[in-house]
Formats: sequence, structure tokens, C-alpha cells
Amino acid sequence: MLEKAREGSDILIEVRFHGRGGQGAVTAADLLAVAGFKEGYYTLSFPTFGAEKRGTPVASFLRISDKPIVQRDEVYNPDYVVVMDPSLIGVVDVLAGIKKDGMLIANYPKGSEDLKRHLNTDVKVYSINATKMAMEHLGRPITNTAMVGALVGATNIVKLETLKGTIKEWFEDESLAEKNIKLVEEAYQYMKEVCKW
Amino acid sequence: MRKVVRGFYAIAHAVKLCKPNVICAYPITPQTEIVENLAAMHAEGELENCEYITAESEFGAASILVGASAAGARTFTATSSQGLILMSEVLYNAAGMRLPIVMVVANRALSAPLSIWNDHQDSMAMRDAGIIQVYVENNQEAHDLVPVAFRVAEDKRVMLPFMLCMDGFKLTHAYEPIELLEQEIIDAFLPPYDPPVKMTTKKPLTFGAYAPPPYYMEFRAIMHDAMERARKVIEEAMKEWSSITGRDYGGHTFTDYDEAEVAVVAMGSIVSMARDVAEEMRKEGKKVGVLKIRTFRPFPADEVRKALENVDKVIVLERALSLGSDGPLTLEVKSALYGTSKEIHTVVVGLGGRDVPRDLMVKIISEVYEGKVKPGFRFEGIHEYEEVIP
Amino acid sequence: MVKVKIGLGGVTEPLVSKNMKTGDWGTEYPVVDEEKCTACKNCEIYCPDGCIKVVEKEGKKVAVPDYDYCKGCWVCFTVCPADAIKMEVKELYKVEVC
Ligand code: SF4
Ligand code: SF4
Ligand code: SF4
Ligand code: SF4
Repeated sequence: MLEKAREGSDILIEVRFHGRGGQGAVTAADLLAVAGFKEGYYTLSFPTFGAEKRGTPVASFLRISDKPIVQRDEVYNPDYVVVMDPSLIGVVDVLAGIKKDGMLIANYPKGSEDLKRHLNTDVKVYSINATKMAMEHLGRPITNTAMVGALVGATNIVKLETLKGTIKEWFEDESLAEKNIKLVEEAYQYMKEVCKW
Repeated sequence: MRKVVRGFYAIAHAVKLCKPNVICAYPITPQTEIVENLAAMHAEGELENCEYITAESEFGAASILVGASAAGARTFTATSSQGLILMSEVLYNAAGMRLPIVMVVANRALSAPLSIWNDHQDSMAMRDAGIIQVYVENNQEAHDLVPVAFRVAEDKRVMLPFMLCMDGFKLTHAYEPIELLEQEIIDAFLPPYDPPVKMTTKKPLTFGAYAPPPYYMEFRAIMHDAMERARKVIEEAMKEWSSITGRDYGGHTFTDYDEAEVAVVAMGSIVSMARDVAEEMRKEGKKVGVLKIRTFRPFPADEVRKALENVDKVIVLERALSLGSDGPLTLEVKSALYGTSKEIHTVVVGLGGRDVPRDLMVKIISEVYEGKVKPGFRFEGIHEYEEVIP
Repeated sequence: MVKVKIGLGGVTEPLVSKNMKTGDWGTEYPVVDEEKCTACKNCEIYCPDGCIKVVEKEGKKVAVPDYDYCKGCWVCFTVCPADAIKMEVKELYKVEVC
């Protein structure tokens, strides 16, 4: 997507992340805000404020643009939606306002077909079993880095290398950074394969 | 150095570089992380010659700073909402004692009902205290204005507290690239605080003694004069600072378009979106402009009057409400426009954190532009409601 | 009108209130019976203006009011356990007006 921007046309990518409090939806948006910034773009990420108790459905937002970002309202018409927790499907209107040519990526173990049926939509939806991947790499069901990897794998909004660099700086604990980088790579490759771009 | 940071960090970082001597605060959402970051910087030894004091309440925090400032310290605090209201008794005193305390208000609604979300009701409730108020549009502006706040407050022609108002959450918790200031340029711009009066243990002084009727009026008149002088001092400081930083946000006000027929008047983070919508409407040939108010106290009435000279319709976007009257910003704008015959729309939006989507902004401006709505007071982005009295 | 000069913030030196003699405020004033006074300091402690003090006088400790500042409030009279204080009306107020 950002390839277009590099050719000089205006671009504003809007992403909405759905998760539950404690799953790192805010960090997911933040990681991409930093990665986008590293690639020379203006970025803005922010959470839905207040309801950050563990387990409540939360959302966070990301904008990436080649121009300074002036819009600070919530993202109502996302290009991409990322769902970090399968239990949100059917509970939260995850597709609300999504652009016609938009895309939804969900952590959803039952596969893309099932997800598409469930959401009953024409919009592109893809699933990934991020919880399983996170358990394998981190030993904990924290899916935010996996889902960021999946989003980048599906859309290429930033380069994988940039994202990996960002994650390396993000985690103070080096071994944790390494584990997350491996996780991101796996999720990225998986999604790249699924989306076949 | 350009870095992706949160709004609260942008403030804390700038405050650190301004070398305060006493920081004292009590945590309240969404201000907490500002002082949390400063406390961490203090613990890490990054704040030299500085006391960080945790108070038992906002009342205590403000009181401690009154003492510290009277003793000649450069002082900083931050608060929000009920915390500011709890400070108010002390802040009126601080202003009257002419103590240049600098504070950030992470703007948040007032109780009841309890809301931790953003609007401007808290700082508006403090508009008459004799405290300078500047509202910022984004985090870069918030960051950049911290040294300006200290310099203006501590200027001998002013000597008044300075309140830097930034939208809670919308700005404080937004994560975005900021050009972080460097120590050297702040040092060149902001001299150390040189208090004209200061008390010491060897030289005790009385601050805030009583003024009977033969004196009180003169005291208040003098404060009013200081506010008036602050206009020029703020302008000077902002001009000099923007020539150093290369980032110009305008003076007390900022107008994006001179030939507007319809002008939106707004303060705070909502300004950017209003400007973006206006720009788009101008591409369609519609003469819409935005007047951003930065300085609310002292209120730049002359600038506002001049900026709106050729405008037919004015939309004041209110983020606060003077219950039983009008929007507080509208009152100022109307007073500035006294004697002219413009159509004035008071549009109250975004109370208690209600999001103002771009579509709503487009609707508000277009309807006024096309003459579809009557001037006067109204809420936008509000549900139908009914009070049920048992 | 007179020109009022006001220093920044009205900050003042301590004890400027010494210049403010309030001794002419009261209608009555306390008179201490030095025979009865036991120097217990109750009056000294309770006087809201700090203007009655127990001092050494001719070898005996007794309470002495400072009439420059005494406002005639009756507090010392009220708290004295020895009945040593009596409030007297000032001469000025004894004048009979026909
Ligand atoms: S009972 Fe309350 S405090 Fe305890 S875990 Fe549940 S939400 Fe948290
Ligand atoms: S009694 Fe009244 S006048 Fe006397 S010291 Fe107390 S407050 Fe002052
Ligand atoms: S009358 Fe009142 S002011 Fe005078 S000495 Fe007694 S207590 Fe003090
Ligand atoms: S209270 Fe009475 S007895 Fe005690 S010191 Fe005063 S005058 Fe004397």
C-alpha cells in the first residue's frame, strides 16, 4: 500500500485493532506507528481510553500518512481491521465501517472460510491461529506481535525488516525480543502465503 | 531529535529540560503519566537541583508549590478535572501572590457524573483566576510551549501562573513523532528564574496578607494590568521561540484563510480537523476558514475582531458549557465582536470525551455554510434525550 | 485621590502589624489585681492578640496587659481562675450625654 505513497500520491492508511484489555492492542498499534515513522511517514496511534481493565473489549487505532496527521477522531472507516481475540467475533461489530476494498485479519483458529461465513461479508477476511503461534514462541497467549506480523504479511504496509528492527528496540529483554521477532516472521510468512501477493 | 512518543512524555521531557527546582503533584487521570514520567526522571537522577514531592492531594500539591515559588524555586505541576477544582482555592492565591507556577492541565470533564474523558470544562472553570491560559492543538505544540510558559510566567512584567491546556487522552495519550527539543536551545531561550521577591529562613516575608477595602481594588487592577502586559510578553516569547525552533504556530490566534465568509473558531486538538475540513471545502470553492484561539487568558479580543472582520457567519466550537448561559468561548467571541452584526453559531461538541468524527465536522460547517441552520446555541453529536423525574 | 503604591503580590516584611495599634478599639480594658494574680499564664495563653504577659514586677510574677494593643475582648477576664482580672470601662465612655 505504501508503495503508492512512494510514487507520490496522497495516502492515509487507517487501521483499527480489536482486542481485550491486557492483550496488547495498544502496543500493536504503537509498534506500527514506530515502524511507519522509521520508513519516513507521519504516524499516529492511540487507544480507546479508559476501559483498560483486563479482559474488556478494547480498540486501538493507527493512522499512517505521507502528510502530517490532523485527524484525531477514532477510526470509523478502517482500511484494515485486526482482531486479536477469537472470542470477539460475534460480540463486537468488528467490521463496522470497514472500506469496501478493506481487509480484516483475525486471530481465529477455525480458518478463513468459517470466519467469512460467521461474519457474512464480501470484504476480504483472513484468519491466522496466532494464539497457537504465540504459545509456541512465547509460551504465553499474547498475540499482539503475531497479529502485527500477520497484518504486515497481508498488506506490506511496512517492510518486515523495519518491523523487526522496531521490535528489537521495543523489548528491553533481548531474548524476549528475539522470540517475538521469530513469532513475527512466522506470522508474516503465513499471511504472505495466504494472501499470495 | 525526532522520536515517536506519547503526549505525556513530550511534556515531561520538555519540563525536565526547563530545569525546575520543585515539582509537586497528585496523580489524576489522564494527567498521571506526565508526573509519573517526571518522577521517574527524578529517580534516575536526570533532574538536577530538583525536589520531586508527592502531595496528599491536589490542594496540598498547589500549596507546596506556593511555598516553593515564594522561596524562589522554579515550579511545575500538572493536573486534570476535579484535581484542578481542588487546587482552585490555592491557585487563586498563587495568582494574587504573583507566583509564576507553571502547570499543565490535561483537560478532562468535570463530575458529576464521573467522566475521565476530555473536554474543556475544567480549565474553563479557572478562567477568572488570574492565570494565563494557552490551549494547544497537538503534542508538538504542547512540547514546544513548555519553555515559553516558564519564560512568560517568570517575566518581571508578568509574574503570574501559566496554565498550558492540552486535551486529555486525545493528546496526552496519542503516540506520534515529536521533534524533541535539545538542552542547549532551551538554555539559550530560558534564563534561570530570578525571583524579584523571595523569602528565606533568614528573611521571612508575608505573602497574601489581607487587603482591606482601601487597597483590594488596586490589587486586582494591578493583576489585570499584568495580564494585559502578558499579551506582549507572550507574543514576544512565541515569536522569538518560533524563530529558534522553526515551528510557527501563530501568536495568540492563528487564521488559515483571509477571505473566509464562514469562520470556525476553536481551541485545542479539534482545530486540526476543522482546518482540514475547511481546506477541503475551499477546494470546492466554499469560503470557509478556521480561527484558532491559542491564548484564552488574556483573551485576544482585538485579534479575534480583526480576524473575523470580513466574515459573515461564525461557528464557535465549544468544548465546555457555562450552564445556564452560553459556551465560555462564545461569550468571549461575542464580546470581541460587540457592535458588529454577524451570525453566530454556538456549537457544543465533544463533552465528556464524546468523539467528534470528521463527518460531524463536515455536517456542522456545511449546514451553516448553506444556511440550513438558525444561528444560536445548539449541541451537535448528541443523542435524543429526556429527563425522567420520578 | 491618594496614589496607592503596592509591591509585587503585596508581599510584606513580617510583624508590620506592630504598626497597627489596636489599643483604642475596646470599650473596656482589663485591670489585673496583682495581689490575687498567681502568674498561672492562662490569660497570656488565651489572649487572642498576645497582649497580656506574665512578667517579673518588683520581685513578683504578675500578668501585665499591653494597652497599646489590647482590644478589650474579655477573654483574659473569662479564663482567669483566680478572679484577678476585672474589666473597667474606659473614661471616654463614662461621659454622660444628656
Ligand atoms: S474481582 Fe475485581 S479486582 Fe478481583 S480480579 Fe475480578 S475485576 Fe479484578
Ligand atoms: S477575637 Fe477577633 S479580633 Fe480578636 S484576635 Fe481573634 S479574630 Fe482578631
Ligand atoms: S482584654 Fe482581650 S485583648 Fe485585652 S489583654 Fe485581655 S485577652 Fe488580651
Ligand atoms: S490568668 Fe489570672 S491568675 Fe493567671 S496569670 Fe492571668 S491574671 Fe494572673
